[in-house]
This record gives sequence, C-alpha cells and structure tokens, in this order.
Amino acid sequence: MAEATKKMQVSDEVAIQISSMNKWYGQFHVLRDINMTVHRGERIVICGPSGSGKSTLIRCINRLEEHQSGRIVVDGTELTNDLKNIDKVRSEVGMVFQHFNLFPHLTILENCTLAPIWVRKTPRKEAEETAMHYLHKVKIPEQAHKYPGQLSGGQQQRVAIARSLCMKPRIMLFDEPTSALDPEMIKEVLDTMIQLAEEGMTMLCVTHEMGFAQAVANRVVFMDQGQIVEQNAPKEFFSNPQSDRTKLFLSQILGH
Amino acid sequence: MSDSSFVRTQMLPPEVPPLTERGLVRWMRENLFSSVLNTVLTLAGLAFVIYAVAATLPWFLNGVWNAKDIKECREIVLANAGPEATGACWALIRERWHQFLFGFYPADLYWRPVLALGLLLVSLAPLLYYSMRRANLILVGTVSVLTLIALALLAPGAALLVLFAGLFAALTAVAWYAPQKLVWLTLAFPLLAFALLWGGSVWGPIGVAAGFGILALVYSLTKSFLGVVVATGAGVVAAAVWWLMVQTSVTTALHGAIPLGIQAVNSDQFGGFLLAFVIGVTAIGASLPIGILLALGRRSDMMLIKTLCVGFIEFVRGVPLITVLFVATLLLGYFLPPQSNFDLILRVIILVTFFSAAYLAEVIRGGLAALPKGQYEAADALGLDYWQAQRLIIMPQALKVSIPGIVSSFIGLFKDTTLVAFVGLMDPLKGVTTIVRADVAWKGIYWEPYIFVGAIFFAVCFGMSRYSMYLERKLKTDHR
Repeated sequence: MAEATKKMQVSDEVAIQISSMNKWYGQFHVLRDINMTVHRGERIVICGPSGSGKSTLIRCINRLEEHQSGRIVVDGTELTNDLKNIDKVRSEVGMVFQHFNLFPHLTILENCTLAPIWVRKTPRKEAEETAMHYLHKVKIPEQAHKYPGQLSGGQQQRVAIARSLCMKPRIMLFDEPTSALDPEMIKEVLDTMIQLAEEGMTMLCVTHEMGFAQAVANRVVFMDQGQIVEQNAPKEFFSNPQSDRTKLFLSQILGH
Repeated sequence: MSDSSFVRTQMLPPEVPPLTERGLVRWMRENLFSSVLNTVLTLAGLAFVIYAVAATLPWFLNGVWNAKDIKECREIVLANAGPEATGACWALIRERWHQFLFGFYPADLYWRPVLALGLLLVSLAPLLYYSMRRANLILVGTVSVLTLIALALLAPGAALLVLFAGLFAALTAVAWYAPQKLVWLTLAFPLLAFALLWGGSVWGPIGVAAGFGILALVYSLTKSFLGVVVATGAGVVAAAVWWLMVQTSVTTALHGAIPLGIQAVNSDQFGGFLLAFVIGVTAIGASLPIGILLALGRRSDMMLIKTLCVGFIEFVRGVPLITVLFVATLLLGYFLPPQSNFDLILRVIILVTFFSAAYLAEVIRGGLAALPKGQYEAADALGLDYWQAQRLIIMPQALKVSIPGIVSSFIGLFKDTTLVAFVGLMDPLKGVTTIVRADVAWKGIYWEPYIFVGAIFFAVCFGMSRYSMYLERKLKTDHR
C-alpha cells in the first residue's frame, strides 16, 4: 500500500474552495465559519463525533444542503441559487450515501446508465458499455440485470460507487459509506475506495474507518460542534493530536 | 453400557401424514370445525347459504326470456312452475338492452359506439401491457374478433364492414409485430372517439386538436424564458381562449368551405353505459395526470403553487359530487361567453375529472410521502433536474405504491358516473331504468334491470381490480 500511496499525486489545482461558510438549521448554527481548500487529487477524511456537522459539510458541496453565508466554489463554479450552476456541479461531483440509495425499481445496469443517458445525453449503448466497465471494476458485472433488492449491502454500496463513476465525476463525496454495512462487507467497499484513490480521484470521505484514513488519506479533518477543530496529515493526526477535543475523540474510537 | 447411548442402524423412510392431518379433511378441521363455536358458526352459515339459494334460485331458473310484456312473463311462469312460484322476467332486458347500452342513440348508428369501444380496448392494450407481445396480441385479437362480430350483427353495410375488418386485422398485426406502436392509436383515440360518437363535421375534432397544438406551440416558444411551469400555464390559457372564443367560428367557416363529416348525434341522445363509459373513461384518463400535478404542486417549495393546489384539493374534497354536477349544469352556463356552445356532457366530464383529480392527488401524495428521502437525494446528486427526477425516479415508485388507492378512486369514479342522473343525463342505473320501468308493458318490474346494470358495473370494476393486482405483482422488484 505504501507503493500505491506514492502514485497518488496531489496537484496545485484547486478543486473545492470553501471560505467563511456558515449554515443554520432554523436557529441552530450547524456549520460555523468553515474554511477549506481541496486540491485536485487530494483524499480527505472527515471525522468527528455525531452531530458535529461533517455530513452536512459534504452535503453542502453538492448543494443537497444550502449554506446561508460564505462561498463554496466547486471546480470553478460557485454554488448559488442558480439552478444551472447547481446542476453543473452535481453532474461533476459523485456522491455515495450511507444507505446506498439505489433506485429499487431499476436494474443495476439501469441504475448506472440512467444519469449518463438523461443528464449527459450519452447514447444508450455507450452508456451501457461504460456501466459494464465500472461494474467490472467494482467486481460485480454478473449482477447487472438483477434488482438492488437482490444484492447484499456491500454489493449495493459498490453498485452505488459504480453508478457515481458512470458520470465520470472529477470529485467523489462519501457520506459514511460503510456505516450501514455488516463487518465482513466493509472490506470490499473500502477496497473499492482505495482502488479509486490510487487512480487519483479527488475524494472527500466522512468515515470512522481510521485504518482507511491512515492508508489513503493525505489529510484528516476533525470536526466538532460545526467547526473544523484540527486538520493534519494522518500520521501526525493520529500520533500527535494537538487539541484536547481531538485527543478525547481518538482515545474513544481507538481505545478498544 | 449406559442407557443414553444410541446408534441408529436403519434410516426411516418418509411417510404421508395421517388422514386427518392432510388435504381437505385437515383444511376443514382447521378452518371449519376447529372448536365448538366454530362448528356452530359453520353450520349456521351453511343453513343461511342453503336458505338464500333456495329462496332465489327458482326465481333465476324460472326466468322468462321471451315475452312481450310483464303480464305475459307472469303467465308463462304460472304455466311452467305453478301458482306459488316466482320467476325473473329477463324479457325486459331482451327487449330493451339497447337502451341500457346506448340510451336514445340512433339505432342505425349503433356501429359507431361499438367501433369506438373496440378501438378503446385496443388503444388500452399498450398502456396495460406495455410492450409485452403475447398479452397485447391476445387482448387486441380477442377485441378485434368480438368487435367485428358485433359490427357484423349491427350491419352498417358491407363496404364499411370490409373496411373495419381490414382495420382490426392491421391493428392485430401491429400488436404482434410492434406493440409499442399502438400508442399512436392511444394518442389519437380521444379525438377519434369524439368524432365517432358525436359525429358531425370533421372540423370539430380537428379544431379541438388544434387547441392542443396551440398549447404545445406556446409552451415550446415560451419555455426558454418563462420556465416550464409558467410556459405550461400560458399554453393552457392560449388553448382555452381558442376553444372557448375562436374555435366555433373558425370550424364553422371551414365546414362552410369544405363540408366533410358524418351524421351528427346530439348529446341528449347519449345514455346508458355509453354515457357511463364516455364520462368514466375520459375522467379516469384525464384525472391521473392532473392528480399527479396537483400532488407535486402540494409538495412544492413554491408558495403560490402550493397554496393554489392545497386550496383546490381541499375545496373540491369538501364539496359533494352532486353539487359539482349542479355547478356543471347551471352555474357554468352563466360564466361562459354566450356564443360558446359548451356541451353538457363535456361540462360534466370536466368537473368530474377535476373532482376525481383532487382525490387522486391525495392518494399520490401518500405514495410520494412513502418514498425515502434518499431517493430524492440520489436523484439530485446525479444531476437529474426536477422533472427528470420526478419522471424517472420518484413517480414510478410513488405510483407503484399508490396503485391500490388509485384503482379504488377509479372504481369509485366509474360508479359515480351514475350520479349524472341528477342533472338530467340518462345514466344506466337511474336514468334508463326509470324510463324502462315507466313503460306500461313493464310496469311492476323491479329486480331485473338493476341486476343487469349491477352485473355490468361489477364486471368492469372487478376487471379493474384484478388488473391492479396483476400490475402490483408485475412491478414488484424490491424482493422484500
């Protein structure tokens, strides 16, 4: 894995720029003065206690959640109320959810070809070829004509990853992708994500898989109470945490 | 050696369960005679069934089909079964069936509604069975044969009959080779049926179609700068102006220039099941899309649209259908421009459609609410726009969940078409039956017409119900 990490180069190009971003749910201040720059090729793991706003943060990046002040610029497109910009960002940014959110009324293949056909206007045949390519990559091409309900959780999550990849996104967001999985299925999903990281995908990943963070992340961001408390390279972050809050968090999740 | 050790030397072969624990005997023991109370209830139920059958079966068996009035019916029953016997007088149905089916539609033109019904069933095929060849072929083939037999019996003339035979043969061929292509018939059917049933100048239906053309044109011209919703509204307004203000004069002028058409039949000649089907089918077909839009509007973030939809739904659901029908006959007349010739049946159809749409909207809203939020988010995250997400992700799932409710609404709507009797239209249940029973020859007849009408309603509604169950099974992909 060390060899692989060498291949994962980070460029100077900025992929996501978040500056002084704030978000409220009604009166509740969920995200407070978030400043963050993500470069192309970076793999960022976001962790923190539940309710710390980590999921909300990455959901702001493709505007599943609206922010109320500050700026978010994704791939040079600023997220505002302009629907065209939002659709543009969404088609460039893939997202994988905790509960997979596959479309149960469509087959695996249809799940993967839907967005390319309707959003990208790719011809059906080409979209199906691309879909089969990515299904091969996540190692379940033989399930292409089944429905999501017939697959295991781990397989469904890999389909969800393939579905996002079919849009050829430049950035991938992962929102606790392994939290709803049985322990023996976590590995197959993480392996797919590691493979993706090795290919140079820009990734933001909310996860509690600290092994994954150590293996592929080049930065770990720790959040608490809607704020970024600490961020560092994984080695530093785990061996030498600075703030007391981080130390407490790490002692709790690594302590058993 | 201890007593607990045991080694099997021979494996046991499987045996059938004892007699009392299998087949019919077991089923009866479990379901009919499982306790003293159940045994008593079973026997009581059996006694009731025997009594009910004994009371009604002779009435059916003594039924008379050939008689010229009710007096003759009674004489025949008396002669055949003795003074104490009762007997049904089906001769009434035999003599008046055409009124139950067509009302006062001209007898020499019966082939037109029959043809329209045949085409209706053919144009339903691609909707009911999508592109399934076998199912499409069976439905279209059966309908074609039955329609042709009916048409032949109605004898509209040899030339027409050959034409229809060719038409239905062609439709059957299409159903086998390219079932999806039948959708074109489905799209054309409303105007085709309108032209067949009401007849008159061909320019009338073309004028109506032109209204939809205007709608589409205005929509496509203004969509880019007004947005989908406002552009649709503008299109609807333009089409309404055309239909209400302009169309009549234009079609009259065109008919003056090129008089093409078939014999016109006035709305007041419609009646019986023809009327029930015209109102029911049109309202069912039109209320589903309107109901979907209302349901989406009610969940919209846009304040104005949401308020309008909520207001409409709550108002319509709060008002009895009969009130709405009275509005159709009386009030609407005052608000319409005097030169607009707004047919009573059409008015009733429009209001029944809106009435049913309000109920459907709530049923569909239930389906929408049943979808997990993740489905919306996944559709958004993939970059699908609102209408794409609705059409490809949300509606297929929400409608599937709502099938039982939607079909219930449809069945209710179809049966409610009998309420048009209250505004003077000749529905099969009250309208036609009252007329038939008022005839001196049949005075005193009571059960027969209601049983006949009820049986047809039951057949149609039961068919809808069975189809919905089939559809639910077919669309079940979640493997829960």
